[in-house]
Amino acid sequence: MMSKLESKEDKMLEVQFVGDDDVLNHILDREGGAKIKKERAQLLVNTKKIIKKPEYDLEEDDQEVLKDQNYVEVLGRHVQESLKNGSATDGGNKVYSFQNRKHPEKMAKLASELAKTPRKSVSSNLKSDPEITIDIPQCSKGHSASDKVQLKNNDKSEFLSTAPRGLRKRLIVPRSHSDSESEYSASNSEDDEGVAQEYEEDTNEVILSEQIQAQNRVVSAPVCKETPSKKMKRDKTSDLVEEYFEAHSSSKVLTSDRTLQKLKRAKLDQQTLHNLLSKVSPSFSAEFKQLNQQYEQLFHKWMLQLHLGFNIVLYGLGSKRDLLERFRTTMLQDCIHVVINGFFPGISVKSILNSITEEVLNHMGTFRSVVDQLDWIINKFKEESSLELFLLIHNLDSQMLRGDKSQQIIGQLSSLRNIYLIASIDHLNAPLMWDHAKQSLYNWLWYETTTYSHYTEETSYENSLLVKQSGSLPLSSLTHVLRSLTPNARGIFRLLIKYQLDNQDNPSYIGLSFQDFYQQCREAFLVNSDLTLRAQLTEFRDHKLIRTKKGTDGVEYLLIPVDNGTLTDFLEKEEEEF
Amino acid sequence: MATSSVSKGCFVFKPNFKKRKISVPIEDYFNKGKNESEDSKLRFETYQLIWQQMKSETEKSHSGFQKNSRDWGCQIKLREIPTAALVLGVNVTDHDLTFRSLTEVLQNNVTPYVVSLQAKDCPDMKHFLQKLASQLMDCNVDVQSKEKESVQVTQKKIHYSMDSLSTWYMNVTQKTDPKIPRKKRTPSSQWQSPPVVLILKDMESFTTKVLQDFIIISSQHLHEFPLILIFGIATSPIVIHRLLPHAVSSLLCIELFQSLSCKEHLTTVLDKLLLTAQFPFKLSEKVLQVLTNIFLYHDFSIQNFIKGLQLSLLEHFYSQPLSVLCCNLPEAKRRINFLSDNQCENIRRLPSFRRYVEKQASEKQVALLTNERFLKEETQSLLENLHVYHTNYFLVLRCLHQFTSSLPKYPLGRQIRELYCTCLEKNILDSEEYASALQLLRMLAKDELMATLQKCFKVFKSSSEKQLGNTAKRIEEFLAQFQSLDAEAKEEEEDTSESQSKGLQKTDLYHLQKSLLEMKELRRTSKRQTKFEVLREQLVSFIDSLVREYLLLPETQPLHEVLYFSAAHTLRQHLNAAPRIALHTALNNPYYYLKNEALRSEEGCIPNVAPDICIAYKLHLECSRLINLVDWSEAFATVVTAAEKMDANSVTSEERNEIIHARFIRAVSELELLGFIKPTKQKTDHVARLTWGGC
Repeated sequence: MMSKLESKEDKMLEVQFVGDDDVLNHILDREGGAKIKKERAQLLVNTKKIIKKPEYDLEEDDQEVLKDQNYVEVLGRHVQESLKNGSATDGGNKVYSFQNRKHPEKMAKLASELAKTPRKSVSSNLKSDPEITIDIPQCSKGHSASDKVQLKNNDKSEFLSTAPRGLRKRLIVPRSHSDSESEYSASNSEDDEGVAQEYEEDTNEVILSEQIQAQNRVVSAPVCKETPSKKMKRDKTSDLVEEYFEAHSSSKVLTSDRTLQKLKRAKLDQQTLHNLLSKVSPSFSAEFKQLNQQYEQLFHKWMLQLHLGFNIVLYGLGSKRDLLERFRTTMLQDCIHVVINGFFPGISVKSILNSITEEVLNHMGTFRSVVDQLDWIINKFKEESSLELFLLIHNLDSQMLRGDKSQQIIGQLSSLRNIYLIASIDHLNAPLMWDHAKQSLYNWLWYETTTYSHYTEETSYENSLLVKQSGSLPLSSLTHVLRSLTPNARGIFRLLIKYQLDNQDNPSYIGLSFQDFYQQCREAFLVNSDLTLRAQLTEFRDHKLIRTKKGTDGVEYLLIPVDNGTLTDFLEKEEEEF
Repeated sequence: MATSSVSKGCFVFKPNFKKRKISVPIEDYFNKGKNESEDSKLRFETYQLIWQQMKSETEKSHSGFQKNSRDWGCQIKLREIPTAALVLGVNVTDHDLTFRSLTEVLQNNVTPYVVSLQAKDCPDMKHFLQKLASQLMDCNVDVQSKEKESVQVTQKKIHYSMDSLSTWYMNVTQKTDPKIPRKKRTPSSQWQSPPVVLILKDMESFTTKVLQDFIIISSQHLHEFPLILIFGIATSPIVIHRLLPHAVSSLLCIELFQSLSCKEHLTTVLDKLLLTAQFPFKLSEKVLQVLTNIFLYHDFSIQNFIKGLQLSLLEHFYSQPLSVLCCNLPEAKRRINFLSDNQCENIRRLPSFRRYVEKQASEKQVALLTNERFLKEETQSLLENLHVYHTNYFLVLRCLHQFTSSLPKYPLGRQIRELYCTCLEKNILDSEEYASALQLLRMLAKDELMATLQKCFKVFKSSSEKQLGNTAKRIEEFLAQFQSLDAEAKEEEEDTSESQSKGLQKTDLYHLQKSLLEMKELRRTSKRQTKFEVLREQLVSFIDSLVREYLLLPETQPLHEVLYFSAAHTLRQHLNAAPRIALHTALNNPYYYLKNEALRSEEGCIPNVAPDICIAYKLHLECSRLINLVDWSEAFATVVTAAEKMDANSVTSEERNEIIHARFIRAVSELELLGFIKPTKQKTDHVARLTWGGC
């Protein structure tokens, strides 16, 4: 027994130097083994079969993968053709593949990886540093052999995770390879990784057991018996659909719980952000300039094509606003044109049509509906063939213009012979806005204009994630409104603020119930009847300073829809003043 | 005036009227685009001319089938609504055009009351009637004086019913009756007054309830309100019966009109525009492939196909200075005489012309390269050759198509455009398909061969070219020979019957075997020798020789660049763009756009000096559905500081961190704008990722 164990240990050491194919083999081995389990009802284990079947399976799988690759290559080729230069794209497979379960710490790893890559000057030789030439996934593979195995296990984790944990434990326990286990975890412990670690260990163990199983088939056969039969149904490793649902089925996403508040980096407001960014010296400005010049040469062609009944849409990374502005100033000085900022949050088709009817056509009437207005414009333009209008739309795909109706109307406008439309789109899925009918209305010619310019103007309106948007504005309005109120009303409001701030750490806080609020106000001698309180509250509500919500128990709850930071600032200011 | 504001999204710019020119001629843009281009004005005019000609050709094909509906009888039986079902096929985008011209035709010839409704306007009966009524009234406004307008505005708010519609109709027709001159009314004499034509553009998408109700109601009112329905159907006529139960469909008197299927339509368009020597402009194989692929795999839209054709025509004239010669032959010859020195130089630079020159004798080479006059003369003759080549090419192509289109398995394609593509792509003689097609031709039966020959004969007859008159004669001869074979075959049959009668003598087994063997031998040797087979062999080799002689690759012809447009990739870029790929490439591999050596990197890896948004993008690819902003920003900071370290350490670390944070914010909000992430409330300080994949 002892010698047997030793021999196993010998084989254990091999585990750490396994190649991809072997790992695949083992996983498939298990499947093969599991298949045997079915057959065992009829005949005893035939070890040769176990060996043969998996290999066959593997081949099949490989072929399938190959087919997929071919398909992807074909897709990619189209792309390459369209981009003239094949080397540039990494094909569609990366963009369009399904989501894989990601290692939670991978980002940090990649970051350090990227950070490590030394800056390359033009003179430095690429090959001087081996790190550069290595692909990222390869880099992480290169750390240590154990890491390598682990990474692969991660890849397979969706495969294994379906098995109940207890079962997986059971897989290991009866074989009593306690020593081998401990050895493995020792080698593993050097990269402890929080949440995922335990989970990984488990999967490692499973793989490990498979390893042994493969090496020692006599042992493996009885173990296989315990492989849950459920797994067998999902035996294709390359099954993308399975992978997809696997990745989406788990409601829990493993991310760290850190928040920005702990980081003590306050939200910046728009102005400081702008100031900070102005200090950054732009890199690659020469290249940007070159790109822009390249596009500027197309201006005349655009004009020509616009006049011939095409409309032009610009796509590609980077703000195209400056480019269109330059187009406007160089080419459109002598024409009537309307510039439409799609990214402006208050934009609507109505306002576009209004500016056309009122300012371009000098029509002072009103219209019953947008469609009426559109009809009127269309008739007007059809009647007066000398009339010409250029529409420049920045961000045709913006939130406000994205809707089906809006696109239909703009499309109908653009299909007029003497309205010329040149627009830009930025959103990844922008082309999905248009079905065939709309596309034929628009009659687009696509132009790729990748500028890498920053979307300064476009994002300035946006309620950005990290930008403290509603900072100064609500605070000043708060003070203004409250100054116009009676001291009692101010007191009432301050009470509510204080209560809300006291409860700011309570996640289930839904507001102060009206009854409680009334009690508090009475105690502070601010109101004498709930009618007066209600009258005060109406005033607040009119100024949108409070919101009322009906709770599940039917009681009214009062809430100030302003973020806590502003409220604290406000209280501080109030105390300073009084 | 600035175009950004916090209070406004639209900015109107009107130039001063004094300053404004009446209109900038479009040619100017054509000219300014390229300073060095020659004869641009002429080129542009040629472009316009050819395009107009092409357009009128295509419109002809459109109007063809509408004639059917024009003289479509308006027989009306009691309680039956005459209905026309137009099966238009799946190319939905083209339907608009068809309906528009149909409406025009109807309005001119049948009735002023033509109303077309779309399914999305009529979710229920009320809206349906409202739309119908308002459009009907509008139709009427054109006929009548406009004073009624004020009345109509108030009317629009009235709830319409079929009753009110029919009374309105009575009013109108009675009022207009005296006004209409007698002559005009005579053609539609069955009607006391013109009928109302209702076009339902997309019948499939109407709700069945609305349709059924409307049909039942209107059938009740048919006496007072003569109605004709026209259904636009994209799928198949069965859909009428699926949408309408028998009780309802029996109220309709349906007549079916089938429009050309979009594929046939494409064939006719190609036939008229490309497979003809009438228009000098030609497409290269790649371009044609791109256009047909867009047609077949994306939209089935003839309109789009023509748009592609227009664009390629424009591109050709825009980019090729020598396209000035791309016009009809006499005009081109005239233009050659006025070519500038620069243009002559352009001709000399054409690869096909250089190849041609190299083949010439040395003194001629010198003359071609130095003497302008000689060059012009030579160009004239070359252009003429090119013209002749095209006329012959298309005749032979059609002839070959006649033969191959009926072969089993269609080795060279069923449609002539497939054949054309293969012929343009490579020398057809080298292709396996051609060999197998010939093989199959050698096995055709006589009557099939005769039928095809007849068709070919017609093809050649229709053209008045002298060069191939010879061929027509040859084909006629072949036909005659085949016919004479008939007579001979009869004689042969008699022969065989004689020999058979001999074989019926009494023999023993040995002799029978022997004679059978002999017969077998005889048959094997004589098989090749029948006259029909000899003739067939001759015919096939004749066709082969035709193909060899005339179906040469266009690239082999000198000066083909003048007529052929070959920039398929620009066409694809502008018509069938891939914005997602462009975005991904820009983010993933900035070196592709910014040719800076510092950005050069291996596949799937970007250097840390890349633009911020690329780094943020790369990092976010490593995350699953949710991304922790803190982790992300820290990772971002790690990368960026590593890149910054090489820079001068001028700013204090605190300030630098702030700046990096600001840069991160900018990158994240840009990614949000691009649609890669969105804010989420699932977890504090997290964003949701909206795309999958990545490395």
